[in-house]
Amino acid sequence: MQLSRDDLVRAYRTMRTIREFEDRVHDEFAAGKIPGFVHLYAGEEASAVGVCLNLSDKDYIASTHRGHGHCIAKGCDVGAMMKEIYGRRDGLCGGKGGSMHIADLTRGMMGANGIVGGGPPLICGAALSAKTLKTGGVAVAFVGDGGSNQGTTLESYNLAKVWDLPAVFVVEDNGYAEATPSAWSVGGSQVKRAEGFGMPGIEVDGHDFFAVHDAARTAIERARKGGGPSLIHVKLARYYGHFEGDAMTYRGDGEVDTIKGGKDCLTLFRQKVTEAGLLEADQLDEVDAEVKALVDGAVGDAESAAAPGEADLVTDVYVRY
Amino acid sequence: MAKKSYRQAINDAIRQEMLADPRVVVMGEDNAGGIEAPGEDDAWGGVLGVTKGLMPEFGRERVLDTPISESAFIGAAAGAAATGLRPVAELMFVDFMGVCFDQIFNQAGKFRYMFGGKAVTPLVVRTMYGAGFRAASQHSQCLYPIFTHVPGLKVVLPSSPYEAKGLMIQAIRDDDPVIFLEHKVMYDDEEEVPDESYTIPFGEANLTREGDDVTVVAFGRMVGLANAAADALEKDGISCTVVDPRTTSPLDTDTILECVEETGRLVIVDEASPRCNMATDISALVAQEAFGALKAPVRMVSPPHTPVPFAPELEDAYIPSQAKIETAIRGVMAH
Repeated sequence: MQLSRDDLVRAYRTMRTIREFEDRVHDEFAAGKIPGFVHLYAGEEASAVGVCLNLSDKDYIASTHRGHGHCIAKGCDVGAMMKEIYGRRDGLCGGKGGSMHIADLTRGMMGANGIVGGGPPLICGAALSAKTLKTGGVAVAFVGDGGSNQGTTLESYNLAKVWDLPAVFVVEDNGYAEATPSAWSVGGSQVKRAEGFGMPGIEVDGHDFFAVHDAARTAIERARKGGGPSLIHVKLARYYGHFEGDAMTYRGDGEVDTIKGGKDCLTLFRQKVTEAGLLEADQLDEVDAEVKALVDGAVGDAESAAAPGEADLVTDVYVRY
Repeated sequence: MAKKSYRQAINDAIRQEMLADPRVVVMGEDNAGGIEAPGEDDAWGGVLGVTKGLMPEFGRERVLDTPISESAFIGAAAGAAATGLRPVAELMFVDFMGVCFDQIFNQAGKFRYMFGGKAVTPLVVRTMYGAGFRAASQHSQCLYPIFTHVPGLKVVLPSSPYEAKGLMIQAIRDDDPVIFLEHKVMYDDEEEVPDESYTIPFGEANLTREGDDVTVVAFGRMVGLANAAADALEKDGISCTVVDPRTTSPLDTDTILECVEETGRLVIVDEASPRCNMATDISALVAQEAFGALKAPVRMVSPPHTPVPFAPELEDAYIPSQAKIETAIRGVMAH
């Protein structure tokens, strides 16, 4: 299926928004303005956007500790996200969740997740809701190469298959689970794991938006039509550390620069659409400027926004208690 | 009104809620059983028959058998609850919480708070607990203090068939995650249970005996033993109030404190392991809020700090008994 010009602009704008957002969070965190710890998604944008462009609000995703990109791709409000990361009262979760727990169920975003492998069982539930209530929705779990080794993830593959759920598992393999290479920590292959559970699996180049988008469209359409679960192994790279402050001493000299120079997903996208005459460079520059203004505004608003009050400490634990 | 067992009362409650609300689904290991096997369908209806008959009536779309895979299906129940269903998931034995606790306490229990009050997670986890079945260390624990410790969870301990039905209907209609603990020794206990639907609110203790001398707070199966002890001591002129809190979270602290203010003596009977259990929790509450009313030190009747043993003689020695409760009550009277 050919993507429309509007789709292409939307894809680029969303990827650029994630990059700009993460670069700014990196800077503001380094400046000591953001509490706690954050895990940045820069470099991996083609995965979140390639997948989520195939979804609507009735579809659910579960994310990981590295969740900002998934949130933006699923339609979470960028300003409210930034405020949440700053721990502000008007944040998307009232300042009670923070970077690792950003969620917006109205957009089908079931949460970033501080527990590695926490998401896959949850999307089995969202997929069960869609199937039982006949909403036509599908549910997607993003999980890292680290999370791919958790029992919860492997059990979820089995449950999704046994219950024949409209579910898709996206394994984002950025090469490192914290400081441990996936080449060492993952036994066997992700695709063969899927096949072992009776699901189709495919490996894609996660630097290539179009490859991810195609694979995701196939998997999501299959699930939506009642064809059951499947897995996409997305190979990509993160530009920053596991967490902000990680000196990345485990990476090789020039490793990140080489990827940025040759395989950056935004650069590749730009080249492809301009060379094919689908979009003009000027148009994309305009998007870049708009996104920069959006994120600037989000940071400014977050800096000046009010913190939660002490009374907020004890609200929202229960619906009723 | 017919006599019904604890098992039938719970089954009744789930069935009536499934009839009333198409979003209510049941899931667990062998909740029907026998799926695609050559023999009987609905072969078990739950390992002790609590969900028997639900699958034939509501179909496999609403009564889901699961692989033995608690992390996946308890997590799926949490995810389904957050996205429109009202699942009643069975964690067969509470001892198995070890393989799926993350899904309960880090996921379901925290959605509402972490997401700024915007998540609603109407999940019920039914689970069997308690000693007395000769089931040994990994199938006999109580563990409800662990759930009680977690903000975001509600914890229910029905002490009789009547209580079980009303509390289960409340649990299914409740919009927060509820851990519903069924004592495995009580499934065949019978009493009169209304056929019609009714609810018992959470956080409202029930006084099963009212007296002047001693307040006995007991949980789950211990309520029956506390009642028997109170009845036996009545003959000796010792008059007890027995408080069944029904839920450990929320806990009806007001009623407990009022009773202690009236009697001045407190015995707490808790089948859970003795460190950081409900007995220590209520002791601390009373020490802080009603110290001046106490005429004697608080007594706690709990098992020793050991795993639940297998040999019948050891298990019988482990479980709080009517005799031990009577001794504790006489002890606070003699002070």
